[in-house]
Amino acid sequence: MANLKELKNRITSVTSTQKITKAMKMVAAAKLRHAEEAANAARPYAERMEGMMVSLAAGLEGREGPRLLQGNGSDQRHLLIVATGERGLCGGFNSSIAKAAAQKADRLIAEGKDVKILCVGKKGHDALKRRFKNQIIDMVDLSGSRKISFADAQPIATRALSMFDNDEFDVCTIFYAKFVSVLTQEVTAQQLIPASIPEKAEGEESEIDYDYEPEEEEILADLLPRNISVQVYKALLENSASEQGARMSAMDNATRNAGDMIEKLTLQYNRERQAAITSELIEIISGAEAL
Amino acid sequence: MADTVTLDLVSPEKLLLSDAYEMVVVPGAEGDFAVMAGHTPITSTLRPGVIAIYEGDAEKDRIFVNGGFVQVADDKMTVLAEEAIHVADLDRKDLEQRIQDASEDIEDAKDDETQRKAQENKDHLEQLLEAMA
Repeated sequence: MANLKELKNRITSVTSTQKITKAMKMVAAAKLRHAEEAANAARPYAERMEGMMVSLAAGLEGREGPRLLQGNGSDQRHLLIVATGERGLCGGFNSSIAKAAAQKADRLIAEGKDVKILCVGKKGHDALKRRFKNQIIDMVDLSGSRKISFADAQPIATRALSMFDNDEFDVCTIFYAKFVSVLTQEVTAQQLIPASIPEKAEGEESEIDYDYEPEEEEILADLLPRNISVQVYKALLENSASEQGARMSAMDNATRNAGDMIEKLTLQYNRERQAAITSELIEIISGAEAL
Repeated sequence: MADTVTLDLVSPEKLLLSDAYEMVVVPGAEGDFAVMAGHTPITSTLRPGVIAIYEGDAEKDRIFVNGGFVQVADDKMTVLAEEAIHVADLDRKDLEQRIQDASEDIEDAKDDETQRKAQENKDHLEQLLEAMA
């Protein structure tokens, strides 16, 4: 009889777990929609800024550009910005970003280079702090802001820029998960400093001869730092969409698994119950017969 | 109807405006300039100020931008601004009150960081007020 009671308890507990995962899935779906909208809305700015940068960089034509564009000629010291989520229960989202960053850090260290890590988001920090205790310089906590805004990205960019100005690193790379679809998120490592200028496609409208006011160099000096903020912002937005997507599919799986489990347990429960009834009947009948 | 230029005003968070106008005056870093159809291609930085949109001879819209960039080519102009607010949406009384508050914040600030932030905030509000005048 104790077994029956135990089974019943388990069914109740799995059912309540299923309720939670189901709710989490629906919350993630709603948040995903917002996150995707925000990511889409931010795209025009990033695209136009990139376009402007490409045309400006092309206008330089081999002249000495700002350090943010061309680097300082060394790649000895690296800064890795690892952007992850603030919460767990989202499948492999956090761990795959942390893993990619750890691999890169390991490779750089093996090559004898200096590595510094700036964590954005608690989960990445938790995953990396054991192995890279000496490399992690800080952790930016974004759990306070429910919706990522440009103002969240700016301090991170400012920090990276001031470190670069103080000559604390040579190359800066940001790790984040690019949102492809609800089922797929692509871990991406993007180089921020020196800025990676996409190659111009052949035959594109590159022939426009712009006037510059002030000089190209001055505009670039103004544009490049802003571009860093925009890229960080873009990464954070992609990340938040990816996180919700990952959480949604993870919770969907969990809900389905819980359903399977409930089914199995219920079957077992019913069998046990029938067995108990049968054995009780047998007891009564054989008791009556014995009289 | 005269020829028009298409103005795209984008902030990091979204595309704010995309429409065709006769003339747009932007606050360039080296002086305001007007953009009409057939303007020569130009890339420029913007100082904090007001973008004025003209339809015919009348001013149709005024938008405050907190600095940014403008690029003009082929009767298309793109303004990248980190912040853009319709001047019509600003309220002078409210703004003055906020400047007052900001000045108090500066005085009350306990460390350099908060003071710097409050100062930034105040400067920003004052620019907005100037834009209204």
